[in-house]
Amino acid sequence: MRMAFRFLLNLKEIRDDSKYPPLFLLQHPKIPPIFAGKIYLAHTMAKEYDLIQLKKIASQVRRDIVRMVHACQSGHPGGSLGCTEFFVALYFTQMKHDPKFNMDGKGEDLFFLSNGHISPVWYSVLARAGYFEVSELATFRKLGSRLQGHPATHEHLPGIRIASGSLGQGLSVALGAAQAKKLDKDDRFVYVLMGDGEQQEGQVWEAAMYAAHNKMDNVIATIDYNGQQIDGPVDKILSLLDLKAKWESFGWIVQEFEGNDMQAVIDGLEKAKSLAGKGKPVMNLMKSAMGFGVDFMVGTHKWHGAAPNDEELAKALAQLELTLADY
Amino acid sequence: MIKYSFTEKKDTRSGFGAGLHELGKTNSNVVALTADLTGSLKMDAFKKDFPERFFQIGIAEANMIGIAAGLSISNKIPFTGTFANFSTGRVYDQIRQSVAYSGKNVKICASHAGLTLGEDGATHQILEDVGMMKMLPGMTVIVPADYAQTKAATIALGEHVGPTYLRFGRPNWPIFTAGRPFIIGKADKMIEGKDVSIFANGHMVWQAIEAEAILAEKGISAEVINIHTIKPLDVEAILASVQKTGCAVTCEEHQINGGLGDSVAQVLSRFNPSPIEMVAVNDSFGESGPPLDLLKKYGLSPSNIVEAAEKAIKRKK
Repeated sequence: MRMAFRFLLNLKEIRDDSKYPPLFLLQHPKIPPIFAGKIYLAHTMAKEYDLIQLKKIASQVRRDIVRMVHACQSGHPGGSLGCTEFFVALYFTQMKHDPKFNMDGKGEDLFFLSNGHISPVWYSVLARAGYFEVSELATFRKLGSRLQGHPATHEHLPGIRIASGSLGQGLSVALGAAQAKKLDKDDRFVYVLMGDGEQQEGQVWEAAMYAAHNKMDNVIATIDYNGQQIDGPVDKILSLLDLKAKWESFGWIVQEFEGNDMQAVIDGLEKAKSLAGKGKPVMNLMKSAMGFGVDFMVGTHKWHGAAPNDEELAKALAQLELTLADY
Repeated sequence: MIKYSFTEKKDTRSGFGAGLHELGKTNSNVVALTADLTGSLKMDAFKKDFPERFFQIGIAEANMIGIAAGLSISNKIPFTGTFANFSTGRVYDQIRQSVAYSGKNVKICASHAGLTLGEDGATHQILEDVGMMKMLPGMTVIVPADYAQTKAATIALGEHVGPTYLRFGRPNWPIFTAGRPFIIGKADKMIEGKDVSIFANGHMVWQAIEAEAILAEKGISAEVINIHTIKPLDVEAILASVQKTGCAVTCEEHQINGGLGDSVAQVLSRFNPSPIEMVAVNDSFGESGPPLDLLKKYGLSPSNIVEAAEKAIKRKK
């Protein structure tokens, strides 16, 4: 069983060896003919990956996250664990994307991570989706690595299109990419994830205004609504008050879903696509729990930017099923 | 004896507007963005003829830089246009992360730089922008001298790949570089001389040309070189000139810290230690007033360049 998943997840193997039929590389109906000859991860949802499979991927991603952060004794496990379902659902069921990686992403869905500190979950999912070897995850935050503490393009890591880490910039970048797609008559989506604490940055609201005014309905944004930031609960640091009403009053279509229930995330992202294309940008408020999946990390800001020690790592790994083989 | 004359004065920002319009015609990937300053940046012609490639961002410069970075991902060539103050200091972090560190082909085009902005006063007269931009790894920094050169520089940016800061200004200024070749990173020797090398950029190139005439009357032969590109710096041209003259004067509408003077001093101190004098704003903010009066009050007139040249020559051993 474990081997089967490894084959499924190692795209390089599948691309390079025709004996494995590209079961999940189905042609998406929206792919224009010019791309028909290319192999895409044309996920049309759980026809290719059922819920059990996706949950197994998520479990492995969580193991990757805590192991990566433990190995370099730094990084941000909390938000990474809380967004695991989102990343797995996005890359394995939603986006049309090519792990061979073209920077310009023409004809593909694009994803931007604005809250760059949750890089561990992104790196793990990119590796598990075939963008680079999973063994490279062992280099996270180490000298000479392409896996910088916060995502960077400088080191040419496949899957990353812009540096992020200084908060508040990702939505603006996503809008630019979405604007380019409209110019190019490319009807794919641009996804962006932000943190809820990040909503305190003024630039977010500049972008919010621009998107609605310019009818950027090919943008699907998500806020990781976990209620925590480094210094404590968001409500105690600088309250967002009614975040849904704020975004609605800025002219966005806003929906909410649970972020740590795989089916709910998939349904939410499917719904977001159906809400797009109607003249308004779409915002998902994704209610998640920071640190989800590890009992002593969940629901607290304590693990926002702290690494587990050896004992804590063992305790965490004992709670996360080994499904695809560790890197 | 002035070897350069002008028959027309025009603002350098109009050179940007004309260059951008040209690029719009020849390169369909060129897109333009502004933060509520279409008219001030002379972007009207581009907006009129290429409305689908023109993006009005509103008064939100941080968002503008981010959108430009995003546009560049799909091989668009974004030119952002706002005042130099709002193009740099206000959005330094956005430029640093989303443009420079990310290696994006964004052209940050900045008008109303320096004292010659005039009456708006010190809030808008940025004198630190070149320093901020040249410190960013991989950033090209260009400060053209007049309308013709600003137009040529803008057009050159259509073919140039990489993050760039293009700085120009507001007042009408003599046009004297028409017909001269413009190559990014290649200094333009305006006048040959043997006693002192005067390195200038932006509006100060004309001031240097006027200073050269005064020096010539005094029997001093000054070489005037237009260092329109501060980064990458034409080190060879600077060293070759000072090798011959033995001393240097730098002239810029910028703080004495961080600008052209710093760059030239670094080259000379490393490769050919020589006397150098700097004509620049001496660690102060500007104020409201007519452009030429401001240049005079803050020590950026031709007479200040003459004094600096004489001082540099005296310091030669």
